[in-house]
Amino acid sequence: MSKNLRFKSSKQVDETYRISFKFNNKTYYGYKGDTLASALLANDIHLVGRSFKYHRPRGIMTAGSEEPNAIIQLHDNTSRTEPNVRATEIEIYEGLVASSQNCWPSVNFDIGGINNILSPILPAGFYYKTFMWPKSFWEKYEYFIRKSAGLGKSPKEADPDIYEHKYIHCDVLIIGAGISGIMAAKISAKNGLKTLLVDEKSFLGGSTIYDNSEFSKINNQITSSWLEKEINEISKLENLEIKTRTSVAAFHGYNFLLARENLTDHLPINQRENKIRHRLLKIRAKKVISATGAIERPLIFDNNDRPGILLSSAIKKYIDLYGVACGENNILFTNNDTAYETALSMVQRGIKVNAIIDNREEIDSKLSYEAEKNNIRIFKGYTVVDTYGYKRINGLSIMELSKDGQKVIGKKIRLSCDSLGVSGGWTPAVHLFTQSGGKLKFREDDQVFIPNKYPSDQLSIGSCNGDFSLEEITTNTVSSVKKFLNVNNTDYKTFEIITGINKSKRNIWLLPSDKILGKTKSFVDFQNDATAKDIKLALREGFRSIEHVKRYTTTGMGTDQGKLGNMHALGIISETAGTKMGEHGTTTFRPPYTPLTFGTIVGRNVGEFFDIIRRTPIHDWHVENNAKFENVGQWKRAWYYPKANENMHQAVQRESKAARDCAGILDASTLGKIDIQGTDASEFLNRVYTNAWSKLAIGKCRYGLMLNEDGMVYDDGVTTRLDENHYIMTTTTGGAANVLGKLEDYLQTEWPELDVYLSSVTDHYATISVCGPHSKKIVSKVIPDLDFSDEKFPHMSFKNTKIGQVKCRVMRISFTGEQSYEINIQSNYGKSVWEKCMEEGKDFNITPYGTETMHLLRAEKGFIIVGQDTDATMTPIDLQMDWIVSKKKYDFIGKRSLYRSDTIKDDRKQLVGLLTENPEEVLEEGAQIVADIKKSPIEMLGHVTSSYYSPNLNKSIALGVVKGGKKMIGQKLIIPMENKNINVTVADPVFLDKEGERLNAKL
Amino acid sequence: MFLINCPFCGEREQSEFKAGGEAHIERPKQPTELSDDEWAEFLFMRKNIKGVQFERWNHAHGCRKWFNIVRDTSNDQIKAVYKMGEKPPVK
Ligand SMILES: [Zn+2]
Repeated sequence: MSKNLRFKSSKQVDETYRISFKFNNKTYYGYKGDTLASALLANDIHLVGRSFKYHRPRGIMTAGSEEPNAIIQLHDNTSRTEPNVRATEIEIYEGLVASSQNCWPSVNFDIGGINNILSPILPAGFYYKTFMWPKSFWEKYEYFIRKSAGLGKSPKEADPDIYEHKYIHCDVLIIGAGISGIMAAKISAKNGLKTLLVDEKSFLGGSTIYDNSEFSKINNQITSSWLEKEINEISKLENLEIKTRTSVAAFHGYNFLLARENLTDHLPINQRENKIRHRLLKIRAKKVISATGAIERPLIFDNNDRPGILLSSAIKKYIDLYGVACGENNILFTNNDTAYETALSMVQRGIKVNAIIDNREEIDSKLSYEAEKNNIRIFKGYTVVDTYGYKRINGLSIMELSKDGQKVIGKKIRLSCDSLGVSGGWTPAVHLFTQSGGKLKFREDDQVFIPNKYPSDQLSIGSCNGDFSLEEITTNTVSSVKKFLNVNNTDYKTFEIITGINKSKRNIWLLPSDKILGKTKSFVDFQNDATAKDIKLALREGFRSIEHVKRYTTTGMGTDQGKLGNMHALGIISETAGTKMGEHGTTTFRPPYTPLTFGTIVGRNVGEFFDIIRRTPIHDWHVENNAKFENVGQWKRAWYYPKANENMHQAVQRESKAARDCAGILDASTLGKIDIQGTDASEFLNRVYTNAWSKLAIGKCRYGLMLNEDGMVYDDGVTTRLDENHYIMTTTTGGAANVLGKLEDYLQTEWPELDVYLSSVTDHYATISVCGPHSKKIVSKVIPDLDFSDEKFPHMSFKNTKIGQVKCRVMRISFTGEQSYEINIQSNYGKSVWEKCMEEGKDFNITPYGTETMHLLRAEKGFIIVGQDTDATMTPIDLQMDWIVSKKKYDFIGKRSLYRSDTIKDDRKQLVGLLTENPEEVLEEGAQIVADIKKSPIEMLGHVTSSYYSPNLNKSIALGVVKGGKKMIGQKLIIPMENKNINVTVADPVFLDKEGERLNAKL
Repeated sequence: MFLINCPFCGEREQSEFKAGGEAHIERPKQPTELSDDEWAEFLFMRKNIKGVQFERWNHAHGCRKWFNIVRDTSNDQIKAVYKMGEKPPVK
């Protein structure tokens, strides 16, 4: 490396602190303060990647978050590796390892580059057109397309880093700490407003902070020095919080914004341990000031994508901020004055400027005269028509523009260079503004979209508002911020501005060439390889809306969302279609402004914190006794309790048999419990359940079915009348919260006249259900004072009692069909009462059983589970539960719907039992049920909803829903499976003890 | 995410609330008197306006109270919040 591309005494870089890093397996050195891009450029490396479609060699193009090309794979280990990191943003640290992506086997020799040669047959929409036919072939194409597409590699292991979320509330949020953001922050904070200033970079001051030109002064001071003093002053202000390395990702309505604060990505790896990597800030700001700046436009000409071609402002930034030259023989190509600033920065550092190619025929600014004074050749009224060099630009040719700018004329001149800076003027960074719902307007003078209508209490200032000159920025910022914040006092009086820039610009969206368009590669979207030709093709094929053109050509659809080229796409569309800019709409910028990692988005909600976990008071016992758990909503419920080498089937068979032969015990604490009180409680239940409640005696329990207003089953459960005006309702585990919400809805909105109060008491009680022929003996021992005789304590009744000193409720209700008691006791006693039941039940072979056995036992009895045997399309009639629907009640929720023309149809799906021809064959839940497999297409009659092998009946049993099933008892149907057809007979859904004798069984 | 000014608790984040669909659709007092069509009108037919819409909301993770809001669905601006049973503001 003989070239001298690094200069001493730059603003950002600490030359006393050398850092080594690896890029594509080679070790390089940079300095503290360098970005990966500036460090690579200092090592004369431009080629960093391959383009997405044609695999063309690509280099660093910008010096900021708008970078389309220099996106790299960071870290080489499988847990931290991160794709699509912009080399222009990542600050280097000791041990950094990065590599190019989208190239194989290497960036210098890439097999996919064949696509570049094939490109005439890879126009826009190529994939859509070619691979969508015939349809059945897509599967085959997809494999190859996916293999060759894609940017980077995702990590393969869990992210080991720590992330967190934080809420921030402030009076004023200022996005962007360039000159206008700094001024706004000072005005805001000095007027006592709680202010937050954020910037995506590691330093404050934006591009003004390295504006050292003699031609740019504020109040007789070099602009950068003036701004430095301002920054110094605001950093001491008390009610101003400043966050650097913080990029706003999303600007939502109501001034709600998401920002990512990057805390450790710039630190050496060994200093990151136990530190939070990224913090997602959720900001609620009363007022928002956007000072997001502007992004320089590239120019669209043939082969404008070669490594070594950069934005002119990026070259200036690398020189002035990082002390790095992008080449030794530079050419600038511009349509406005800003490239001359870059030229003069080069001159100042002694870097050779070979020529400036300027679209404009007349140039009249101090800067241009200064350039001429320094003997820089300026080609006025010229354009670049082609560039040369495959992996790095080595030259270009230029031609004169015709008067109207539509053609090139005269002779081609060839010039040599190793770097080309382009400037197509500036595009206000309105991305966040449009995200928030803001509407833009088009300013003809300089062909820019600027904010027009603010959707919330917000303001755009500085260049993102179209104020590009130092004069406009300073003066307008002060006046508009004062007005916006409704304050009178500022430290800013008048500004004396000196600037070398003249505003003139010659805007040509697509520069003419001596070749026909079809032979050129003028890139508009560098990341997605969309060219001007592609856009024109889309228009020829009839696309008009910018949103359609964008999708067809993939312009603006990369990770950079087309920050550089979107304006040119719009320009080319309007020029070609002969319409006004913006007439076809502007594309919508969607969050995030720059990509966020999943880690940032999920924050601390990972692993066991992913969702709330609800555990019953008896949970620890289940764990100690080897229970397997299943998730029911947020609850962890004991699923089954395998012994020794039992598998799930064996455990469930054992548990199910024990529950019917001896005794079983179930933790039912998760069932929803709603305490209902008030003088109209009975009337309320009358209205929400399908059956009648007024006559339920105190101390009695009743099963209830709740419908939606459309007549479909919504929830079920047993409700107990505790007192005249006091009930306790149980709901399904999963339905508890929704049932409470629904009941509240009716009470508050439809029936406010009812005197009823609802409280959720689900977590207040532990519920222990003891069932089986020995259950009575066991609970009698647990609660010796209570009379458990059938006469005193019959089925479907309840008792208030005490276990020791602790009050509890015992309900005699059954979900298994066995004699069964449910003890409800204050949660914190749940585990000890459970253990007592186990102790007293030992002699009776009491067997803990989980949800799987519970499901099996209830299926033997044909009891439904709402949500398993029903799916919001089942009425009680469909479920053969006509018995629970009151004919006498005038009204209840859903009643009217039960005789709508649709709900009274005979051929609705109805719940039936299913018995397999082979009693050992257990059906698959969800399997389809058909009658005729020869018919094509086969008519689906229904599906299996519950299926088990019953150890108590010694055969397979199932429930299912079948069209017109009620009338099909005894009929044969078929369950077609992958390898066989299973014959079944439709049966009554109650398989066991239809008479209910077991409820009072005595052993 | 917008802010909703619960008439009982004050301004809170949208995530605390649950939307309850179009407001001012009263459940018929005598459903049995209605034809299938009339019942279907109550049961299924809802407006979906781009613009000013009257909506029911529930402060589900707060006071659990239901109330009404007037919201412009095109920009989520809430024009008014009022309790159940109160008269809606004039359009
Ligand atoms: Zn509330």
